[in-house]
Amino acid sequence: MSTELFFQYIAAGLTYGFIYAIVAIGFNIIYNTTGIINFAQGEFVMLGSMTAITLNAFMPLPLAILLSVLITMIVGAIMEMLFFRWLESPTVLRMIIITIGLSIIIREIALAIWGENVRALPYFTGNEVTSVSIFGAHISPQVLWVIGICSIVVVALQMFFKFTRYGRQMRACAANREAARLCGINAKNMVTLSFVLSAGIGALAGCVVSPITYSQYNMGVPLAIKGFTVAILGGLGNSMAAVAGGLVLGILESFSVWIMPSAYKDAISIAILLLILFFRPGGLFGRKEELALKEF
Amino acid sequence: MRNIYLKILALTITVVGIDLVTNAMDKTYYLTQLTMSLYYAMVVLALVLLMGYAGQISLGHAGFFAIGGYTTAVMSTINLLPYKDKPLINTLDKLRLLVLREDLYGDQILSFNPWVGVLLSLLIVAIVAYIIGIPVLKLKGHYLAMATLGFGIIVYRIVLGTALFGEADGISDVPAFKILPGLSINGEMDTKRMNYYIAAFFVVVLVYLLLNLINSRPGRALRAIHGAEEAAEASGIDTAKYKLKAFVISAVITALAGALLTHFNGGIGPSEASVMKSVRYVAIVAAGGMTSVWGGLSMAMILNFLSLRGYFGSYDDAVFGAVLILIMLFAPEGLLSLKIRTGIKKKTKQPHNI
Amino acid sequence: MAEPLLKVEGLSKSFGGLEAVKDVSFEVPRGSIKALIGPNGAGKTTLFNLISGNIRPDRGTVLFDGKEIQKLKTHRIASCGIARTFQHIQLFAGMTVLENVMVGLHTHLHAGFFSAMMRLPSSRKEEKKAKEEAMSILESLDIAELAYKEATSLAYGQQRIVELARALAQRPKLLLLDEPAAGLNIRETAEMGRLIERIRESGITVFIVEHDMSLVMKISDEIMVLSYGEKIAEGRPLEIQKDPEVIKVYLGEEEV
Repeated sequence: MSTELFFQYIAAGLTYGFIYAIVAIGFNIIYNTTGIINFAQGEFVMLGSMTAITLNAFMPLPLAILLSVLITMIVGAIMEMLFFRWLESPTVLRMIIITIGLSIIIREIALAIWGENVRALPYFTGNEVTSVSIFGAHISPQVLWVIGICSIVVVALQMFFKFTRYGRQMRACAANREAARLCGINAKNMVTLSFVLSAGIGALAGCVVSPITYSQYNMGVPLAIKGFTVAILGGLGNSMAAVAGGLVLGILESFSVWIMPSAYKDAISIAILLLILFFRPGGLFGRKEELALKEF
Repeated sequence: MRNIYLKILALTITVVGIDLVTNAMDKTYYLTQLTMSLYYAMVVLALVLLMGYAGQISLGHAGFFAIGGYTTAVMSTINLLPYKDKPLINTLDKLRLLVLREDLYGDQILSFNPWVGVLLSLLIVAIVAYIIGIPVLKLKGHYLAMATLGFGIIVYRIVLGTALFGEADGISDVPAFKILPGLSINGEMDTKRMNYYIAAFFVVVLVYLLLNLINSRPGRALRAIHGAEEAAEASGIDTAKYKLKAFVISAVITALAGALLTHFNGGIGPSEASVMKSVRYVAIVAAGGMTSVWGGLSMAMILNFLSLRGYFGSYDDAVFGAVLILIMLFAPEGLLSLKIRTGIKKKTKQPHNI
Repeated sequence: MAEPLLKVEGLSKSFGGLEAVKDVSFEVPRGSIKALIGPNGAGKTTLFNLISGNIRPDRGTVLFDGKEIQKLKTHRIASCGIARTFQHIQLFAGMTVLENVMVGLHTHLHAGFFSAMMRLPSSRKEEKKAKEEAMSILESLDIAELAYKEATSLAYGQQRIVELARALAQRPKLLLLDEPAAGLNIRETAEMGRLIERIRESGITVFIVEHDMSLVMKISDEIMVLSYGEKIAEGRPLEIQKDPEVIKVYLGEEEV
């Protein structure tokens, strides 16, 4: 394999890896505040990119993206308020099934609105043939956009959780909901906020990656599975590890095309998920499930 | 319970009644969808055993269904005629495991007797379920859900990406399954009623077996695992073994349904392996109240029949998604529990682990 | 002197850096009631879990009836003849009291999936006998009238008795009771005490963790005191009451 090709694969792996990482962080945010794995996480990514594509017909790209992120955040908030807020100590099984149901409904609504067509946002800079040369590999500037924006999202989230009042309150809720409530924190609002945040970052990720991967009403499920794989890979609830996990999976997947028919590409990442679940349910970097620290 | 025979009698009368009513209304074409619904009901009953009794969720049962269906489909459509002189094929032929027939285009093909295909599909699924069950069933909650979902997706990707399984087209021209002389599973018009009764027979037997199980040593062991796994283990129950047995039995029942339906339909496509199918089965079990054989059976018949008759139009998947959400929000113990709750205030605690 | 029913030697277990049980050795003589006491976090429940197999020890041996059991799985240990109750009651949700007790009979019954599903005569006969045995246990504990009630819907005190009934159905040689009087009122506690004495009279050895000192002092033959995972005293109730080390541990706790 030539060095150019090698870096080409690495670049593709990083692109997908960052998207998986963002989806995984979305999982983590909701998991940490509620203990729910939101199976509809991938639908946020789909909604974000599809909405932005539609809006882009009427307004400039940055505005379309901004608006679509806001709209998806509102969807996230409505979802939490309609379906989770008023449930009293629901079982895990009940939660799983509700989020699965929501993912189906959102997908079907998207199908009704946008049909089965594959769409895409335009490249943020240049077009599909523009490329920059790094280590001799030709890499689309959009890849740099993906890497850049996702890195900013990850850093911004860390800052949010460390230095802002709401961020600290969310962490308090994750650590001990009861204690947080006694300190006057409105735990229910924190849960809503976690849905809003995770919808927002999902939508943003959907927008930046759309020019490369294209968007379709049913893109959510594979993304959710891979995002979950990454979340598990890093140890559920640990977001910095999720970034590392995302990059590992993205790159593995990218190189797997080299040895396997690409029809089985999804099966590879799921096989990795199963192996991790079987042998290291606490994640590659985590110790044990119950010992995993609740870090965002 | 003594009245178990009464229950089975009532079920049998219902089966016959439905046939008589459709006949009287001159709607015998309903029997096709009713027969299909019955096979899907077998899957739902298999899930009631796993989810309702043992408390273990599976989002991968469409995978077992598809392995069952595809195995028998491949075995009964593969053409061995070019290899007829090879000693292996020759021996198989002598053992009467092969049959010579004409395909849709009038060409001669030599393939396995459907009996071989159906039995092999059960064997393969039992082995697969056993192998993946050992690690999977150690998981709980979200992890178990994701792992079974992952298994389902792998099966889906494999049937979709493999030429042997017909990729996106699936496998068609699957021949009839002649169970006994004069008794055959196929989709032909003149055997519609017979096929309805064959499918109903399997369902009635399955209901009988499951009802027997619930109030027995192994049945109680499964329910104890559902109720409090640690205490079950401390009571001397080998929880890992019981969960695995329930999983394998459930998977084999599902595979049988898949294999039989494939012969009835004369083919199978990748949509049978899709995640949406698995979710649909779970939705029906939930609507039936998770632990209820009767709830699961009636919901399976009603929802599948309506879906197959096309009443949900292009909103088919959305309907099942909505069923899932509404049931879990308002009646987590099943539709039938709604009546009880508004009448007598019955408070049953929800088991915590799944 | 006869060989003790339970003999624990050098048992240790740590979680991460925390040593929950440190090199603990003791014996439970046949036919006795032995109590394990100690301040919160002393490692009492951990010690119980080590004996019943819920947790594996890092070091040490557990000899039950002359047989090493520390490497066996929980359900194997149960079928050797050790039954237990839980600090936080663990009854099977969605099952009746009678069914809960019948689960306790699990290891003494034989029906498998096949014979149960086929409703073979052997499994029907066995089922009938099991029901009678479970019923007679309920009768002996005076809760027969609750047989067909859902177990988890009962009052707290009744749930404790049902858990005890389930454990007795295992026909154990050794009964581990983890705080059987927790959450019970004075009258119920006294009743529980009489019940435990009756169980001992029927030939079952009892090893009990309990916070209620008056109950422990009244019923036990021997008491062992654990503090920070270490055994600090062992002896008859009167000796323990006077032991300066024990007084220090308990008074120290009360001052805080």
